[in-house]
Amino acid sequence: MTPATPRGILAYGTYLPVHRRDRAAISAVAGKGGGQGTRTVASYDEDTTTMAVEAARGVLAGHDIGSLWFATTAPAYADKTNATAIHAALGLAPEVAAFDVAGAVRSAMGALRAGLHSARPALVVAADLRTGLPGSGDEAAGGDGAAALVVGPGGTGDPGRDGRPVLAQALGWGSATAEFLDRWRAPGEQHAKVWEERFGEGRYVDLGQRAWDHALASAGLTADQVDHVIVVGAHARATTTLARKLDLGARLHPVGAELAAGVGFTGAAHPALVLAATLDEIGPGQVVVLVTLADGADAVVLRTGEALASYCSPVPDLDQVGAGAAVGYGRYLAWRGFLPVDPPRRPEPGRPSAAAAGRSTEWKFGFVGSEDDAGTVHLPPSPLDPRPRPMSGATGTIVTFTVDRMAYSPSPPVVFAVVDFDGGGRLPVELTDVDPAAVHIGDRVEMTFRRLYTADGIHNYFWKARPIRSRVTGEGS
Amino acid sequence: MGSHGIRDRVAIVAMGCTRFGEHWDKGADDLLLDAAGEALAGAELTAAEVDAYWLGTAQSGMSGMMLAKPLGLEGKPVTRVENMCATGSEALRQAAYAVSSGAYDVAMAVGVEKVKDSGYQGLNAFPIPTDGTNRTLTAAAMFSMVAPAYAERYGVDPAELRRALARVASKNHYNGARNPKAQFRREVSVEQICAMAAVAGELSVFDCAGVADGAAAALVVRAEDAERYTDRPLFIKALSLVAGNGSGLTDPSYDYTTFPEVVRCAEDAYRQAGVTDPRAQLAMAEVHDCFTPTELVLMEDLGFCERGTAWKAILDGVFDLDGELPVNPDGGLKSFGHPVGASGLRMIYEAWLQLRGEAPEARRIATLGADRNLALTHNLGGYPGEMVSFVSILGSTPD
Repeated sequence: MTPATPRGILAYGTYLPVHRRDRAAISAVAGKGGGQGTRTVASYDEDTTTMAVEAARGVLAGHDIGSLWFATTAPAYADKTNATAIHAALGLAPEVAAFDVAGAVRSAMGALRAGLHSARPALVVAADLRTGLPGSGDEAAGGDGAAALVVGPGGTGDPGRDGRPVLAQALGWGSATAEFLDRWRAPGEQHAKVWEERFGEGRYVDLGQRAWDHALASAGLTADQVDHVIVVGAHARATTTLARKLDLGARLHPVGAELAAGVGFTGAAHPALVLAATLDEIGPGQVVVLVTLADGADAVVLRTGEALASYCSPVPDLDQVGAGAAVGYGRYLAWRGFLPVDPPRRPEPGRPSAAAAGRSTEWKFGFVGSEDDAGTVHLPPSPLDPRPRPMSGATGTIVTFTVDRMAYSPSPPVVFAVVDFDGGGRLPVELTDVDPAAVHIGDRVEMTFRRLYTADGIHNYFWKARPIRSRVTGEGS
Repeated sequence: MGSHGIRDRVAIVAMGCTRFGEHWDKGADDLLLDAAGEALAGAELTAAEVDAYWLGTAQSGMSGMMLAKPLGLEGKPVTRVENMCATGSEALRQAAYAVSSGAYDVAMAVGVEKVKDSGYQGLNAFPIPTDGTNRTLTAAAMFSMVAPAYAERYGVDPAELRRALARVASKNHYNGARNPKAQFRREVSVEQICAMAAVAGELSVFDCAGVADGAAAALVVRAEDAERYTDRPLFIKALSLVAGNGSGLTDPSYDYTTFPEVVRCAEDAYRQAGVTDPRAQLAMAEVHDCFTPTELVLMEDLGFCERGTAWKAILDGVFDLDGELPVNPDGGLKSFGHPVGASGLRMIYEAWLQLRGEAPEARRIATLGADRNLALTHNLGGYPGEMVSFVSILGSTPD
């Protein structure tokens, strides 16, 4: 008998959109609401599927992924699995199962639990896009973002033998479930409604306490053995009260408050987003409890391992928090479809063909080109070439560009550039997350998975180029 | 194997061209009847006396029946052709080859486009089902990338280049103002154009061709039959077409300062026609000025100027109506307007008028002479990096 394989978190990565709204600007328009700090805003060409891809792109190397679990409260499609687009964009093998766990914030903890119990490492990715009526608490306190975890059985790290070692071992889990109404939203509606908050607070504090107790008992630990605690939930007041009741004090890790101030509550993405930021900040040998209050409570107890010391998250959470670009209230409303703007006098693009897209899945979703025997790269792939050439991770340089104020776009103008990729290949491609006035020949870009437009309810996903985001590497940021 | 051309074997014996513009009161049928009718009247023929027809339209209709219906043709071969913005030229090319082969004695090429019924700005491509990864940029934006690339490569001050591009539009408006069939008949100064707001790259709407409805037609016969229909036919010296393979979009060595398809096409046409010094031998040229940077680059690709010098020649007035080589004496796409399927034939219509001495005096070229009586038309479709190019050379006398 071999000892039980330690299970837990094997890798993590996060994605925060570059755009930020200043909460102070809300009351001037809505007459109420707002507050201090900023919240993240997904661009017009982002949705939960694209953000999930961005979060997951950097975490897969070295993992034998067996399943993909995608959690969100804002799925781009209903009646159609969204995880399959993420699967395609990440270039996962057909044998890898892909499931949506959609609907509520609690879905994220369900996906995590399923992943932790998987026979092979599971990619558990959560993304959310949080909206609210102008002036509402949800509008100000919400944020958009995504977080990806690779979870499941860890290995020794010897690539010849097994997989990567756990960064944090799962020691125990506790749940408490109850049917009660705190927040709700009918399918198709844009904004949630909430009950009077004192009612939910009472229920959540009780349920959180129960889940906490169960989790510690299942881990065989006492409360004083816990080093760091993360409490997340859409009901902010309940999370604060629970932390006080549990007498967490300094064990309540400060990244939670930092993300709330600069990012907002990112719904289903938030548990993993705060956990990732916490893991970035702490070292090995620490006991961490993540408590999520959402239609009940779930608590998972983790102990960080030696491998965490050398782990580099692709782009750390807190680095992304500080790297934002302001977006005005009007533009935000237009992006979310709450303020329809006069379109250009140009026809809207037609819906993409399912059959044509089905033939080019590797190109359209995976950004895989082709390469001939001389090593020349062709984008899109040439049917004459013998080999595929994955290009989603390639960086490139702007050769020339233009700003098109007449072309149809969900958010004009279209900024478009001819990009030469390092190592070969050229593509005329749309730019995103750029200020049209600040683009220059010679600028460096990387690729990002985006939703170009939606026609007949079909989301047209493809890749765009964006300025290279700062990364923490061996040389520092 | 080889591209041999049909030099002096086919003659244009009559032409027709409608006014180009916003024909709210005319459909494609009406425009076809007007253009074809003018050509038939010129040769004193009825529609039934023409043996075969080629109809060019990019997206205003489908099949030869689009022409057979309004003309009331019975039992006639009518073929609809499409080759993007070179569609009208393609119709002529097919008709010319058909009579040259001996298959038919009299053929007509007709081009038409009814653009203004769409309700949108600019030209809009027919939607073909795709995987959704193709560009949705406007043509203006695609061609706008030529200007900064040209300035960069040849070290031209961007402000100076801006003036040269404005000079192209200003010249074409000057010529179009003297053309009763042109869409825009107002002169526009370089200063006015430079002051316009940019809509695509650095280009303003005044850097873009007019979007118009219109039709044009040509009757062709074998050269030896020409005198039956007119005493002043136009002889086809060369017809050349190159369809690019799109490599410019993906080839890192392509730098957006030239259109290689046009270079190849012009070389072929000059060889067919025996032209060795186009700037001196041609009396005029009609070129595809869909956007001002296009005309700039064409002056070099067609061999009218050395590389990197066209901007200077433009500013020096070389291509003005009274210049060394008049380019677009009818106002070009810029001022005459661009009904896609008709434009190629409209260019030939101007050669028809000028080489026969029938152009209105206000825009009559002064370059024409006994030993300088060739006209070139250049028509393209597509974008930098992926285009079709057409060049014809026409002359008033056989060699």
